[in-house]
Amino acid sequence: MDAVRQEFDPPPTAHGSTAQGEMTTPAPNLGAPHPGAPDSAGPVNGGAVTAVGGEAAPAARKKKRGYGLTFWLATIWLAVVLICAVFADLLPVQDPLTPDVINKLALPGPEHWLGTDGLGRDTLARLVHGARVSVTISVTAVAIGMVVGGFLGIISGFFRGKTETILMTIINIILAFPALVLLLVLLAFVGRSLVVISLIVGFLSIPIYTRVARATTLAVAEREFVRAARTMGAKNSRVLAREILPNVVLPVAAFGLVAMGVVIVLEGTLAFLGLSVQQPAPTWGGMIFDGKRYLSEAPHVVLIPSIAMFLTVLSLNLVGDALRTRFDVRGSNL
Amino acid sequence: MYVLRRLPSLLATLFAVSLLTFLMTSLLPGDPALQILGAENATPEAIAAVRADLGLDDPLPVRYLHWIGDALTGDFGRSYRTNEPVSAAIIDRLPVTAEIGILAIVIALLIAIPVGMLSAYRAGTRTDKLISSTSFGLLAVPNFMVAIFLILIFAVWLGVLPATGWVNFTDDPVQNLRSALLPALSLAIAEMAVYTRLLRTDMIGTLQQDFVTMARVKGVSNRRILFRHALRPSSFSLMTVAGVQVGAIIGGSVVIETLFALPGVGRLLLEAVLVRDLLMVQGVALVIAVSYVVVNFTVDILYSYLDPRISHGRSTARV
Repeated sequence: MDAVRQEFDPPPTAHGSTAQGEMTTPAPNLGAPHPGAPDSAGPVNGGAVTAVGGEAAPAARKKKRGYGLTFWLATIWLAVVLICAVFADLLPVQDPLTPDVINKLALPGPEHWLGTDGLGRDTLARLVHGARVSVTISVTAVAIGMVVGGFLGIISGFFRGKTETILMTIINIILAFPALVLLLVLLAFVGRSLVVISLIVGFLSIPIYTRVARATTLAVAEREFVRAARTMGAKNSRVLAREILPNVVLPVAAFGLVAMGVVIVLEGTLAFLGLSVQQPAPTWGGMIFDGKRYLSEAPHVVLIPSIAMFLTVLSLNLVGDALRTRFDVRGSNL
Repeated sequence: MYVLRRLPSLLATLFAVSLLTFLMTSLLPGDPALQILGAENATPEAIAAVRADLGLDDPLPVRYLHWIGDALTGDFGRSYRTNEPVSAAIIDRLPVTAEIGILAIVIALLIAIPVGMLSAYRAGTRTDKLISSTSFGLLAVPNFMVAIFLILIFAVWLGVLPATGWVNFTDDPVQNLRSALLPALSLAIAEMAVYTRLLRTDMIGTLQQDFVTMARVKGVSNRRILFRHALRPSSFSLMTVAGVQVGAIIGGSVVIETLFALPGVGRLLLEAVLVRDLLMVQGVALVIAVSYVVVNFTVDILYSYLDPRISHGRSTARV
């Protein structure tokens, strides 16, 4: 979780210009005017949403228009994983739990397309069924984090004042714990079914979504169309629903995609620590962990699920990154 | 002074962190008395006696004050399982985690700084694209995967480094480094990718600044521009992120220490968590969280020395 945290949490640098040459504001603009005061001519968070407004340099814009081959390959891979997860029971794969005792640690071949593990279970079948765990955990966790965290972030970025101070204080305290430490402690005392793991990971990711959503909201709330809506007499609720929300959802969703990759890795980590979903249910992390025992004689048992996990996380990063560049919010307010 | 100005916020954070640690471990389900006694000895009278002995029946604020008061004097209580003092266990294990953590950061920086600078200097060229896509790819490799493949290559195939085990530095410095190298490398790979990408972005920004053009016009050599003029202003976010990333390293050390069978704090926490050794979990979690907060506070302070604008209040540093 921390790796992503920093990617989206650039600290306030004085020289923090981006690769596209857009200058970010030097620091969180805590003294920004309240959005309810349309006439105040205070400092505006300039530059933070240039890409949304399409003001980026022409060269950069040209690059952004097409998504390129890697983007589509990544999308296709993600679709395949999703299909595997949803239709695992219907797909023509073998049973993921039935051992084929004669063919232990078999190499990929006609009988077992991706070989077998140490108990002779079909690797392809286990990968397909394991995708279900990865997808369930990551989608649930990201959904919880995005909805709750996004809501809190928009509220605190829009209304500012005391709400913001209190929320951000709590969030900074939660972020003062290394994520995995918090997760371990909670898991130990609450239990570890698929549902519980998803819920806890989702709960723990709320703070970071709050920060992303808040930063985006701060930037959007300063923009001219929000002022226009206010001048025309729109109420808070209307401004929030019609002006702010649509502009915050996409950047937060792009972040959510990258965060999904982090959650998949987290499941793998938990499997390693013996804290993931109970055996013998196949999970990618569990497969890698089990395969470690046969590292010297049959490295492919570890290699194949590792590649699956790597490709999935890489694809999520690629797609998330491409979308993030498109809906760029340079996080000077994070 | 800047340090003094930031001190109240540090103390407030430390207080909040200790409160959260306490609440998290106290409010969650499971009766510690039952854990201590074990299911077979747990008569209602025995449970009541243990609860009274541990002060578990006191109201929460009283329990918190007792706990934090003892903790401040270095007394975190004793492990339910081994009866070992929690503080002794932590002090015993801390050097291992600190060593692989610091080694990981040093390795990551030693590689990331030159590579990131090269990438920024050659921005847009094939070299830059190769570096950028490699580090993007490395971001998608979890540390346990790195560890497994390092073990496969260096321990199983080449047989040059040990796959498990730990030798104390005082016993044999060379063996100590050998046993720390693979774990540190496993943690360093992802950090390296993060640092490289960050430095590249910031450096490209710096190299577009007027003072760099000025230096070029004056005929300053490229090397001197890169290292003497551009590196410092480009390294601010790198420093902060290195501080934030200590959290990832601490989290990673739980996995890596388990995988390499190292006697570190991460594994101590995991073992305590698995057997629900309440006081041990509380103590270790508190020490980890406090170290993390203090590291980031220190980075903030260092940062203000590197960039004087911060201590003069032009910029608002992160909390």
